[in-house]
Amino acid sequence: MNNNAMEKLKNFMGDRLLTEIDERVSYGYDGSFGQYLPDCVVQVLSTEEVQQTVCIANEYEIPLYARGASTSLSGGPLPVHGGIVLDFSQWHSKLEIYPEDLIIKASPGVITGDIHKLAESYNLMYPPDPSSSSICTIGGNLAENAGGPRGVKYGVTKDYVIGLEIVTADGKVLKTGGNTVKNVTGYDLTKLIIGSEGTLAIITEATLRLIPKPLDTRTAMIIFDDLYTAGQSISKILTSGVRPSKMEILDRNAINKVVDYAGLDLPREAAAILLVEVDGDPDVLSKELDIVQEALKKIGVDDIQIASDKEEEARLWQVRKLVSPAIVTSGYTKISEDATVPLSKIPDMFRKIDEIKRKYNLNIVVFGHAGDGNLHPTINTNMRDSDEVGRVEDAVEEIFKYAIELGGTLSGEHGIGTMKKAFLANEISDDGVLFQKAIKKALDPKNILNPGKIFPEPGEKRLVLQND
Amino acid sequence: MTETLIDKLDYRATFDCVQCGYCLPVCPTYLAFKKEKHSPRGRINLVKMAAEEKISIEDMREGIDLCLGCRACETICPTNVRYGDILMSAVEVLEENKSTGVIEKGIRTSAFGIALKHKKVLRLINRGLYAYQLSGVQGLVNKKNLLKPVDKFNQLNKAMPDVVLSRRISRSVNPFRNKEMSVGFFQGCIMESFFAHINSLAMKIMKKNGIQVTNIPTQTCCGALQHHAGEADRTLELAMKNIEAYEKYDFDYIVNTIGGCGATLKEYDKLFVPGTNWHDRARAFTDKVRDISQIMAMIEFDFSNEVNRRAVYQPSCHLENVQKVFSEPLDIIRKIPGLDYVEMNEKSLCCGSAGVYNILHFDESMQILDMKMNNVKQTRPDLIITSNPGCHIQMKLGVEREGLSREIEVRHIVEVVAEACGVMEG
Ligand SMILES: Cc1cc2nc3c(=O)[nH]c(=O)nc-3n(C[C@H](O)[C@H](O)[C@H](O)COP(=O)(O)OP(=O)(O)OC[C@H]3O[C@@H](n4cnc5c(N)ncnc54)[C@H](O)[C@@H]3O)c2cc1C
Ligand code: SF4
Ligand code: SF4
Repeated sequence: MNNNAMEKLKNFMGDRLLTEIDERVSYGYDGSFGQYLPDCVVQVLSTEEVQQTVCIANEYEIPLYARGASTSLSGGPLPVHGGIVLDFSQWHSKLEIYPEDLIIKASPGVITGDIHKLAESYNLMYPPDPSSSSICTIGGNLAENAGGPRGVKYGVTKDYVIGLEIVTADGKVLKTGGNTVKNVTGYDLTKLIIGSEGTLAIITEATLRLIPKPLDTRTAMIIFDDLYTAGQSISKILTSGVRPSKMEILDRNAINKVVDYAGLDLPREAAAILLVEVDGDPDVLSKELDIVQEALKKIGVDDIQIASDKEEEARLWQVRKLVSPAIVTSGYTKISEDATVPLSKIPDMFRKIDEIKRKYNLNIVVFGHAGDGNLHPTINTNMRDSDEVGRVEDAVEEIFKYAIELGGTLSGEHGIGTMKKAFLANEISDDGVLFQKAIKKALDPKNILNPGKIFPEPGEKRLVLQND
Repeated sequence: MTETLIDKLDYRATFDCVQCGYCLPVCPTYLAFKKEKHSPRGRINLVKMAAEEKISIEDMREGIDLCLGCRACETICPTNVRYGDILMSAVEVLEENKSTGVIEKGIRTSAFGIALKHKKVLRLINRGLYAYQLSGVQGLVNKKNLLKPVDKFNQLNKAMPDVVLSRRISRSVNPFRNKEMSVGFFQGCIMESFFAHINSLAMKIMKKNGIQVTNIPTQTCCGALQHHAGEADRTLELAMKNIEAYEKYDFDYIVNTIGGCGATLKEYDKLFVPGTNWHDRARAFTDKVRDISQIMAMIEFDFSNEVNRRAVYQPSCHLENVQKVFSEPLDIIRKIPGLDYVEMNEKSLCCGSAGVYNILHFDESMQILDMKMNNVKQTRPDLIITSNPGCHIQMKLGVEREGLSREIEVRHIVEVVAEACGVMEG
């Protein structure tokens, strides 16, 4: 990296400019794959510092990668072309709630879980709940448009953002949106920036919308003998007039892993387990569960357990929580995908993945957010066995392609990053890619903001899990 | 070289880490130093990078050296990464690669090597810790910013009084069971020199409640400090001695009052190759290891005295994260009449004592202690209950640094239980 640029960074960042090798490798990975080496890391703590850094990057044409907690599962924050990592994880100074306006304002490095806690202490709720909430940053959530189990009822991150402060690629500070839910002044830049994976602008503050916290929750667990009925049930529940707040599904492989791991008393031969949560007024909840039960009875489903108290509710959810640790085998690495399909196609997707599992002889389990078709096929593989990794790459590719064939999408919530860019055109067509590239080019003509993400480089046609 | 480094470092285990970052918010050094290389995820990656020779061995030193080894990261990790094993492998490789600094070497050779193994009092370390407890603290702290590391150490040295030799263990023990529950006591060397009275109270509490307690003369140091310093041979030697010593008796449990030593005992099996006779023997040993709180939780106490205090509990990291003892101490504390237990924020966060960390990395240790004391102060207790001598001394130092020694007392859980059930010293 240019020495002058480094000097200039040093001048205003002082010891929050990290240049030693042990520091640099530590900001070269994320929750996906690959290890890269940035030239330096700046641990920014204010909009001015971001602005100054962007100006230097712009002047010297140095790549710039925003990084929150680096939990991305798609390679979002990876410094693939060297350059500067903008570390936001230490910038959590601002977290303000305006309860009467149902608004929270937060610095980009605030941990999502802290936003949940603050809102809840005022009996309010910030609904987006990625499973990584205890660690991921709001900046990362905004850039990936993160979702979570509550998405089925409450939507995803973009549904709760009403304003942003951003720094543009040429170093200007802008505000998008405002403090009101309704706002149609000009293009909706807020929504454009959300989900742009740090490629269009850097987010330096967010204004988030809150809703009243539901009074209570109830949970039911439904066990299925066949996948077809499981799929049918999902649609049946969602059209019954009840809107579940969470709806999670596990396939047979996942169930068996949980049984092996924790010795839970679940039927190994079950095709799938569905967990359904409803939230709201306690008086209404039992009625809602009755409606769900009624609806399912009509299609012959009656293996339904309803948690009678909080303890039992926690026990039912334990089944879902245990999936992650249960599928780990020591020495093996976990690869989580998030292809998403229309609700009616969930059984097809399950069946296909099972077929792929056998075809490539891999260890795959499927679980996920049934209510929005967002499945997480998860593969456990030995990353030191390049033959096996090759098979994983083929398998994942087949999963992607099938999801698109079913009318679904490459990614429900994890983003494109480096992992899925080779398949972008399969889903949005070549013209779609060109249109999106035109936006990128207009807002970041020198391509300094998170280069190497979302758009495939020429000739890039495959998923690659190994970078050396 | 590649081959051997990949073998020596626990490279395989690094693949279990999916770099999800769940461990970041529970890692005291990440919270205090604010950099990824001081987080578990960062450290595991440094080890992986070193094994792949993408960085040098020395490049992982700072990150690894400043790890407390508290293993909170293991407890939270959703994929069960064996962080302790990865850490130990890195410490050993670094140890081999090092030109040891003067201070550290002084501590290692005199204390780890000679004093511990021969089961005499730990001259340097123990005295250093003892100094904290006594008058050395204020002087040290006041001058903290003015002193270079060597001076700091001298300061500690000067303030060191002679430590009383551990009480002799009776040579004649009854080898036969005469009670329904029979336990072998493990006294531990640090504990025995500083907290002999806690051990004797612990034994009394058990005896009073109908448990046969035997403190065998053939026991030796657990090997924790050697283990953490990357001295595998010495650890192994001590482990074999202890296994041999205890298996001769008909004990239901092997009981100790020290979170850290207990953790080392609990992991003896990891020192041996699975499938070997020694591994089986180690397994039989570790299966019996219990913390005093686990035994006390089995006792139906008849508490005669009220302990009218407002208390917080500072768990020992190794008691929780290695021995997996989370609830028992609290179950007991909550039963003590008169005691108002309040839970402090980030209760399970390490206090920064971590073996000899507070001597080797004094300033960093104090940064971590300050985070802890902030949480303590918020709950305004007049008593801090501990379960490990290292934490005990560190918490005392914390109280002292905050100028709260008049307001807050630090006591081991055994002392509190002893008071409540009227067991007295002497
Ligand atoms: C165990 C686990 C569970 C997960 N569960 C979910 C889940 O349920 N739902 C879900 O949606 N995701 C999930 N994820 C993925 C991940 O947590 C989310 O994508 C999250 O939003 C990333 O946040 P982060 O702070 O880690 O950002 P990073 O990973 O650091 O960055 C993500 C992207 O955001 C950009 N970025 C970060 N900060 C800024 C900023 N201030 N301005 C501009 N761009 C920025 C980066 O450049 C990068 O492209 C999970 C991940 C893990 C490891
Ligand atoms: S050690 Fe465990 S918790 Fe920490 S990043 Fe690795 S997998 Fe996640
Ligand atoms: S052992 Fe403790 S200090 Fe070390 S990495 Fe784990 S949590 Fe952090």
